[in-house]
Amino acid sequence: MAEPRPTAETEQAGAAPEPARRRLSPKSVVIWTLVAIVGAAGWAVLALSRGEDVSAAWMLAAALGSYAIAYRFYSKFIANRVLKVDKTRATPAELHNDGVDFHPTDRRVLFGHHFAAIAGAGPLVGPVLAAQMGYLPGTIWIVAGVIFAGAVQDMVTLFFSTRRNGRSLGQIARDEIGVVGGAAALIAVFAIMIILLAVLALIIVNALAESPWGVFSIGMTIPIALFMGIYLRILRPGRVTEVSLIGVALLLLAIVAGGWVAESSWAETFTLEPGTLVIWMVIYGFLASVLPVWLLLAPRDYLSTFMKVGTIGLLAVGVLIALPTLKMDGITKFATSGTGPVFAGSLFPFVFITIACGALSGFHSLISSGTTPKMIQKETQIRTIGYGSMLVESFVAIMALIAACIIDPGLYFAVNAPAGVVGDTVQAASQAVGNLGFTITPDQLAQAAKDVEEASLLHRTGGAPTFALGLSEIFSAAFGGAAMKAFWYHFAIMFEALFILTTLDAGTRVGRFMLQDMLGNVYKPFKNVSWKPGVWIASAIVVLAWGYFLWVGVHDPLGGINQLFPLFGIANQLLAAVALAVCTTLLIKSGRLKYAWVTAVPLLWDVAVTLTASWQKIFSDDPKVGFFAQRDVYQTALDKGLDKVGLAKNREQMETIVTNSTVDGVLSILFAVLIVVVLFEACRACLKAIRHPAAVTLSETKYVKSEIVAPASLFATKEEKAEMAAAGLGPDGRPLKEESTV
Amino acid sequence: MSTGTHGTLRHVSTGALRHRLSRLRWFVRELTGEATYDRYVAHARSHDPDAPVMSRRAFERSRTDAREGDPREGFRCC
Repeated sequence: MAEPRPTAETEQAGAAPEPARRRLSPKSVVIWTLVAIVGAAGWAVLALSRGEDVSAAWMLAAALGSYAIAYRFYSKFIANRVLKVDKTRATPAELHNDGVDFHPTDRRVLFGHHFAAIAGAGPLVGPVLAAQMGYLPGTIWIVAGVIFAGAVQDMVTLFFSTRRNGRSLGQIARDEIGVVGGAAALIAVFAIMIILLAVLALIIVNALAESPWGVFSIGMTIPIALFMGIYLRILRPGRVTEVSLIGVALLLLAIVAGGWVAESSWAETFTLEPGTLVIWMVIYGFLASVLPVWLLLAPRDYLSTFMKVGTIGLLAVGVLIALPTLKMDGITKFATSGTGPVFAGSLFPFVFITIACGALSGFHSLISSGTTPKMIQKETQIRTIGYGSMLVESFVAIMALIAACIIDPGLYFAVNAPAGVVGDTVQAASQAVGNLGFTITPDQLAQAAKDVEEASLLHRTGGAPTFALGLSEIFSAAFGGAAMKAFWYHFAIMFEALFILTTLDAGTRVGRFMLQDMLGNVYKPFKNVSWKPGVWIASAIVVLAWGYFLWVGVHDPLGGINQLFPLFGIANQLLAAVALAVCTTLLIKSGRLKYAWVTAVPLLWDVAVTLTASWQKIFSDDPKVGFFAQRDVYQTALDKGLDKVGLAKNREQMETIVTNSTVDGVLSILFAVLIVVVLFEACRACLKAIRHPAAVTLSETKYVKSEIVAPASLFATKEEKAEMAAAGLGPDGRPLKEESTV
Repeated sequence: MSTGTHGTLRHVSTGALRHRLSRLRWFVRELTGEATYDRYVAHARSHDPDAPVMSRRAFERSRTDAREGDPREGFRCC
């Protein structure tokens, strides 16, 4: 290494010296050229093949090749040139080390933690829905989106929060772009939480309705979690690994037992209508959020984390072994016509709204500015944790897209189109799919349902059943054979439902907490989290809020997913806009104007997408796209005294549509206004900083020298190993002398 | 039983295996938070070897109950 040079931008105490540029060795030039060729070959095959079957291996090559290059070059550029992460600067974990909340965590452990916190059902759902436009638009957005937007957002947010003692995004927004922007950000977080919970719950309801196997298995997770909770609290406190292994074993047993129940006389008891399931979900959500954390939430969390990491690993292996063939077209006609049955609207902006998690997910900024910055050991590890974890989540999204594209396209549309389009018999569905321009016979539809031992697969919207079909295809090809199809299908349903329920539980609590905080400004006792009436009232409000949208989603003749998913996407991308606006403001305020484009370009893209989508949802004349145009169609029909119009079969359904469209339209307006407010405030803060750089105040913590020696990436380099050896540490980062736990 | 080089080889490979297993165990304990208590005790006793510490039971209770106070810690994403 050359002597560190002082940089031009040393206005902050202890700004990192710019690392000397090193030429790539011939060996790494060869390796990276090969990686680039593999990636480029993948993209070429995906883009150029028309009408013939393409192996999923090409999609993997395109994605993995691109990720590798982005991680090696772009994330390094962001870390060293833009953020100037400082190896010598102590992180909050080192400064405030209390051994519990703040403690410098090994980077490999923290990578696991952070990944488990950001990855959930989101990346499994969006890509499946977006598959209606073919696999190509989804693949391009998932890969390009994560490289230039999603992973950048996670990494930069993590960096700035680490420099601010792990402050949350809302607090940073208030500190750096002002009270109004901060308040808008808070309202946005609350609103998105409600829509998120409703959409996630809707996905489970659609997957579990009329499925005794599914309902029994998922129902059993509650007693299993209670047992684990009591075990951890009373029998053997803190023994998480053993209780999780017991829990997973019981869970697998519950899936198998679900098959027995479905064939027994109990089947009827567990065959529930969507409406009944909604009521159960609301009751569950309320109880789960007022019961003590140790009894239900904590054990459920362990269970779903184990399942998540295990299944995603298994899926990656399965895809590599099975290397299935993509049956969906690269680009379907719905990409241009915008008349797709799964969600309405054309490719731009709606693919970019539908696939949020996996490409750019605003929600991650809450994790990157929450627990992770309090645990990170070294600033240099921000690249691995922030950028690297997000690449893995993006890979999960690619696998979900593969799962959706390997099943027969005819089956895909029969499963994902709303009830009003598909109808209730296999004959009607076969015809409806034919009208959409795809073919599947009634017999094939009946057989597909029989293979996974479900009564019917028609209009099981929401993505989970489609993903489960794809996963059962992959897993039965890779391990177990066709006889295991039904097991793997229900395994996948269970896997998704498990962490959706965990999110529902945790999200209701967070929503309740935020609401209590807001209500506390009006009536003081609400702020006290141990004041029971306050907890109950706030929980009830939150549960009823998402319960309302869930109820509406289940009963909407136009299809709940079709109506609500765009709102969820818009809300998630709105949160991303808040995070990217905060990041851009901070880059400018901290004297990095030259590099502000790193977050400003994705911000502009995100705003263009979100505002175009909002505009179309509010003002479009096409009743399939615009909420208010939709409202007009049905209101006019009601005024004329018609009994039937569009997908509404009677006057009651017409009235439902009128109410829902109005509510959804008003929410779209609210989201659009919030984005504009945050952007306006951020622009003002940026302009002020550019005009009067001397007057800028940053709430960054002071530089303190770090005593910790630790590698930056998952694997230590030769130099880092030498440094660690000099500090008396073994190659795994633990002191050489004794087995220490720190 | 085995002699000479064979014996040494076997010795090395079980040693390596044991090392791998211990690292795996360490990783899982860190990831699940099982090691938090040990870390807490080590931290509390790093300055004063006789410092009073909570029992494991009391510690784990206080840790889960803290999530009651602020549920945003440990929140999972969509």
